[in-house]
Amino acid sequence: MDLGFVIFIEMLYAVASLVLISAGLAVVFGMMKVINLAHGEFMMLGGYATITAVGLGVNVFVAMLVIAPLIVGLIGLIVERLVIRHLYGRLVDTMLATWGLSLVFIGLATMIFGNTTTGISTPIPGFTVGNYQINGYNFFIIVVAIVLVIAMLAVLKGTRAGLIARGTMQRADMAAALGYSPDRIYMATFFCGAALSGLAGAVLAPLVGLVPTSGGAYIAKAFITVIAGGPSLIAGLISSATSFGLVSQIFTFTISPVIGEVALLVAAVILLRLMPQGITGRFFKGKL
Amino acid sequence: MAETVLETHGLTMRFGGVTASDNVNFKLKARELRCLIGPNGAGKSTFFKCVTGLLTPTEGQVFMRGQDVTGWQPHQIAALGVGIKTQTPNVMDGLSVHENIWLSARRFHDTTEAKARADTIIDRLALGPIARTDLGQLAHGERQRVELGLVAVSDPWLVLLDEPAAGMSAQDVDRMTEIIHELTRTAAVVIVEHDMQFIRSIAQTVTVFHQGAVLIEDHVDRVMSDATVRRVYLGKNA
Amino acid sequence: MLITLVVSAFLIWVMPMLIATYTLTVLVIYGMLGLSLGLIWGFGGILCFGQAAFFGLGAYTYAIAAVNIGESTVPMVLAVLVPAIFAALLGAMMFYGRLTDVYLGVITLVVTLILFKFVNSSAGPQFVIGKARMGGFNGIPGFQTLNVPGNPDAYVWGDPYFYVCAVALVIVFLLVTCLLRSSFGRIAIGIRENETRMALMGYDVAVRKTILFAIGAAIAGLAGALFANWAEIVTPGLFSLGQSAEIIIWCIVGGLGTRFGPILGAAGLAYLKFVLGQQSMIDNTLITGLILVMFVLFLPKGLVPAVAALWRISFGRTRRKPQRTGRRRARHG
Repeated sequence: MDLGFVIFIEMLYAVASLVLISAGLAVVFGMMKVINLAHGEFMMLGGYATITAVGLGVNVFVAMLVIAPLIVGLIGLIVERLVIRHLYGRLVDTMLATWGLSLVFIGLATMIFGNTTTGISTPIPGFTVGNYQINGYNFFIIVVAIVLVIAMLAVLKGTRAGLIARGTMQRADMAAALGYSPDRIYMATFFCGAALSGLAGAVLAPLVGLVPTSGGAYIAKAFITVIAGGPSLIAGLISSATSFGLVSQIFTFTISPVIGEVALLVAAVILLRLMPQGITGRFFKGKL
Repeated sequence: MAETVLETHGLTMRFGGVTASDNVNFKLKARELRCLIGPNGAGKSTFFKCVTGLLTPTEGQVFMRGQDVTGWQPHQIAALGVGIKTQTPNVMDGLSVHENIWLSARRFHDTTEAKARADTIIDRLALGPIARTDLGQLAHGERQRVELGLVAVSDPWLVLLDEPAAGMSAQDVDRMTEIIHELTRTAAVVIVEHDMQFIRSIAQTVTVFHQGAVLIEDHVDRVMSDATVRRVYLGKNA
Repeated sequence: MLITLVVSAFLIWVMPMLIATYTLTVLVIYGMLGLSLGLIWGFGGILCFGQAAFFGLGAYTYAIAAVNIGESTVPMVLAVLVPAIFAALLGAMMFYGRLTDVYLGVITLVVTLILFKFVNSSAGPQFVIGKARMGGFNGIPGFQTLNVPGNPDAYVWGDPYFYVCAVALVIVFLLVTCLLRSSFGRIAIGIRENETRMALMGYDVAVRKTILFAIGAAIAGLAGALFANWAEIVTPGLFSLGQSAEIIIWCIVGGLGTRFGPILGAAGLAYLKFVLGQQSMIDNTLITGLILVMFVLFLPKGLVPAVAALWRISFGRTRRKPQRTGRRRARHG
């Protein structure tokens, strides 16, 4: 019974962390069809922002949930205005330019923070369930992921801003004809996407040592999850995070973490071969 | 008795809840010229795509020269000797007129023969002056003409054209009519069209589509004066 | 053709006077690697995010075969065949599934990652092929390097090895040129331009893309084998995402759609990285990133087309002058 609960939590955690890792990329790709390969570096910057803020005496949760997203969001804004803006519609070119940006950020971070691993400890202690020890922080991450998805749904479906954003995502010229500036909307959307990436990086920072190249570990998983998710933003994110999270966790439990990682990748290949448009290209069509 | 080169039995295409093609039985003889008309959404282009392999029909079969080609890939159907022109021009924008046509000819002939045939078609279609220009830089009418040349150069025995007159000037349309007449000397031709003037000038037998099914199939004059056809096109109160 | 041979001969003669052959050899090898992606991407329209996979496969195949056989000829052949076969299988799976663009990129990226993770964790003694231990993170050192065919003791290294690699690059370049001028090549370019139209003309697009993909992989595999001989060790880093990224950057900077562009981009950027690596003022990842961003924004077609355009502009101007005076003379004369 206890083991069952632990396994359930671990599965949930695997899915939740994939959701967190991919959310920022999903927003930017789902809304603007831009593939931001600097997403991993936004996460890394979120981590460093958190560590720096904590070092300056800010409460760790405020640093993670408020400061990091704001700072990375602003960085994203600058990036959008300077680079991305010129490349809309050119999918491959935006991928390459953001790849270049990711290298720039890695270089800058290396120059500012150096190559050594820094980190902060998890602010929530673990607790025991029966014979097993659960990392309390994992709960926190699951909660953050759930709140995040609900917030995204609420904003996109419930608010006027969300409606305008969705309209622009579908037909930018019509939105413009109705008086909404697509420019402003893209700016705001990229800001939100970057902020989400920063949030994810901040929240995940206490789990692993942070180095300027930490982003690299995230980008591949996020990229795969988002593309396999398909055109629908939230439905795609949840469905592919769930699929891959479960597959990788099952193999991690039964064989080893390395095989778990490989299993995720193999699952991605199979999934894309069977559903070339992503999961929500075939199922849950039309849902947000 | 001319052979049947294209035939469909009960061809049906459903997209979710929508029946775009409804149990279509179609028969075309060798060297026949047939026009497919019908209001928007009547299912002409869907039928076209099912026949050319761009879509796989939900039900029914397609036969070409007696062979069951249902569900075949477009390249397999084209390889039989079928020339296809799609609704929006599908050409190689970054390559020259000559290269485009050469590529089409090369499928069935060797390199030198292909070049000779390309040169001949370019002459015939008065494309000489722009033969070395990239297609991306040409006007719409010229691109359609090149696409027609592309189709004609491979000597097809069945030609399927989806809206060949779209966006063309009167002069272009005249030139195209000539080409189509030439094609009918050796091939059966199916034209999906909207342009009524063009239809009147070229058509013999016309098949009218309505809500996915064949409404009426008869000589163009009788179809044009048919009350049902008028109502379907112009609405009940016209 | 003739110009290529003359220019190549000249470069092979001159360059060693400017740069050490040891460095030059790896630049040539990277040039070949760049050309492999330039062929399938620039001319075939296949964006492969994992070209490093074939580079690594070639290198590892050579190393493993060389450890087992002890003579270099068969391993060299295998190093070209194994990546090609792997690419043919992968390509068939992707192209028959009608995967395009981004999704193709994702799968090729994932395949590279799988290979990297697998090879990287192959450290234990159970990971052995014949006599060769895979070595995991540490790689495989100490294998038989290139020797004169049939004579395992007659090693080819140092200056002679540079000439072998350079000539190999020239031969590959010429073969690629012939391929692109042949019907197969012209049809491949047609497929890049408009796949649907080529299919409607009756061409089996999936088969052709698979074959082109395999040819690109074979070239990358050859580069990998040559690299293995140069470095005298093969490591999992050859399969890495970073390596794949670099190859893509070389093509962009050099000029996609040209044969020479990717070679120039590869050699140039690799040399730049080497030079920058000597200084520690500005991080060279930063500089590579800036270069990529600048090129995508301002010179998306790359160096070679930009230079060619400049050439045409200046060439055109000098040509017009004599014509004008010629005409004037005719009117008066």
